Amino acid sequence: MKKIFYIFAILLFKTSIAYSLIEVDITRGNLDPLPVAISPLHVDPQSDNYQDIKTKELGELISSVVEKNFRSTGLFNPLNKDAFVQKPDIAHLKPRFEDWSLITAQALVTGKLLLKDEKLKIEFRLWDVAANKEMIALAFTTTPSNWRRVAHIISDKIYERLTGETGYFDTRIIYVSETGPKTQRVKKLAIMDQDGENTKYLTLGNELVLTPRFNPTNQLVTYLSYFRNLPRVYLLDIETGIQEVVGNFPGMTFAPRFSPDGKKIIMSFAKDGNSDIYTMNLESRLVEKLTEDSSIDTSPSYSPDGKYICFNSDRSGLQQIYTMKSDGTDVKRISFGDGLYGTPVWSPRGDLIAFTKVKGGKFYIGVMRVDGSGERLLTENFYQEAPSWSPNGRLLVFYRETKSGKNGKGFTAKLWSIDITGYNERELETETDASDPSWSSLLSK
Amino acid sequence: MKFNKKITNLLIILISTLALSACSTAKKTGTASGDVYTGKDTVQFLASGVKDRVFFATNKSALTTASRDTLRKQASWMRKNKKLNVVLEGHGDERGTREYNLALAEKRANAARDYLLTYGISGKRISVISYGKEKLQRL
Repeated sequence: MKKIFYIFAILLFKTSIAYSLIEVDITRGNLDPLPVAISPLHVDPQSDNYQDIKTKELGELISSVVEKNFRSTGLFNPLNKDAFVQKPDIAHLKPRFEDWSLITAQALVTGKLLLKDEKLKIEFRLWDVAANKEMIALAFTTTPSNWRRVAHIISDKIYERLTGETGYFDTRIIYVSETGPKTQRVKKLAIMDQDGENTKYLTLGNELVLTPRFNPTNQLVTYLSYFRNLPRVYLLDIETGIQEVVGNFPGMTFAPRFSPDGKKIIMSFAKDGNSDIYTMNLESRLVEKLTEDSSIDTSPSYSPDGKYICFNSDRSGLQQIYTMKSDGTDVKRISFGDGLYGTPVWSPRGDLIAFTKVKGGKFYIGVMRVDGSGERLLTENFYQEAPSWSPNGRLLVFYRETKSGKNGKGFTAKLWSIDITGYNERELETETDASDPSWSSLLSK
Repeated sequence: MKFNKKITNLLIILISTLALSACSTAKKTGTASGDVYTGKDTVQFLASGVKDRVFFATNKSALTTASRDTLRKQASWMRKNKKLNVVLEGHGDERGTREYNLALAEKRANAARDYLLTYGISGKRISVISYGKEKLQRL
């Protein structure tokens, strides 16, 4: 009697799963990625061609950008299109769910595009295959040159619907492009889409540049330049290309970042050799000194509400992470583990601080809560540092250098990303060697 | 400030000395004695036979006894060559985070500058630049 009841209970449980909408839990590592079918976008036969891309191919290109985004998350497994039975146009109207569930798809993405009179209209739908339901349907109209961005925005919408988290595909990464032998590196500011496409170089490589960071609207970048052999913090307007030095400091300024409202730059200024943390208001040009210590204070980063700052200091003797209120009071050391801690960055969600840790000759990227508890090391390597958060606070991008032989042979610097779960570590495609990445916020908000 | 291009710049270069000797690389031809590394292959001499660089312990910016000795010789060389100006280049550790090493190298270069000042060299003749872990010299 007991046995029968047991089986019955399980059956009930199963049934309830089958009819619930799909959800992907991204708060833990996902070893069993969700199978999704991303059908090529159906192209309306009345469409015009776009530049050298045939509109017919544009439908496939858009779906392949979406597919690549999804594969990169490690949370989804985009299925092979060869197995798709239903044609894109019919699937978009009303999918035959049995066909899609036969190839194990749990979610299905379909879409349609029309390119007419220099306008690109794209529709897409997300379907829950098991529940035989539409989960979302959206349409965009834009200029044809925006097709990649639309693909990223679609990816974000689907990601948001399936995970309950904000997406991060319609974003860019700014970084330092590196070429040439290790001893004579040429460094330029470069910007690319999050998936490695659309790389553009923002400086010519005539002077050394380091540590670029976006402002909250992604239009300005603050970075360190050795222009005329005077290392100073600069501001660059990406659209106009206009660069200006930040403030009039009689010495090196470095380690800049924007405040969350974009009104201030926080940075280190080395006065007579001693680095302290300063802010400069970009409108009033008012400069404020926040730390007053004979030891090194650098790498400041604001909390997303702007009320706190985390930074790196060796006032205890060795490099450690500290927090303080944004007026410089209430300084607290928060890192207490073995080894050195550097490059603290406050998560855009406000709950964690990412850092680089050096211990036993190895470099780690890790996260800790803002009070220093719950330290977790995500990845260990020969040399890696400088994490930057994805705008949804789920991933970190950082750079990694390889050990080099004589005269710097075999030396490489590459960008990598990792989920804060510690899973899905992957190299980002860049045209050249790369370092000092900084992730933008979502371009479409 | 005008720099004389003919003269080798003074370099103030890091590199972990004994503290890191176990995991430090490329110390094949030199000898480590006391707290300074001397390698014939790399250590350049100024015209008068004074070493052009001093070394610091890992993550430190305090001058060692040997560094102070070198700097005193540099100061007396500079007193003899009054028309020359110098650039002090601060360097950090390749095996360290970038921003911290910019600060550290700046501090090191300034420590050397301050020491030269105490030996009567005018601050106008010395300029300082930190490279952090950029442009590291191979030892």
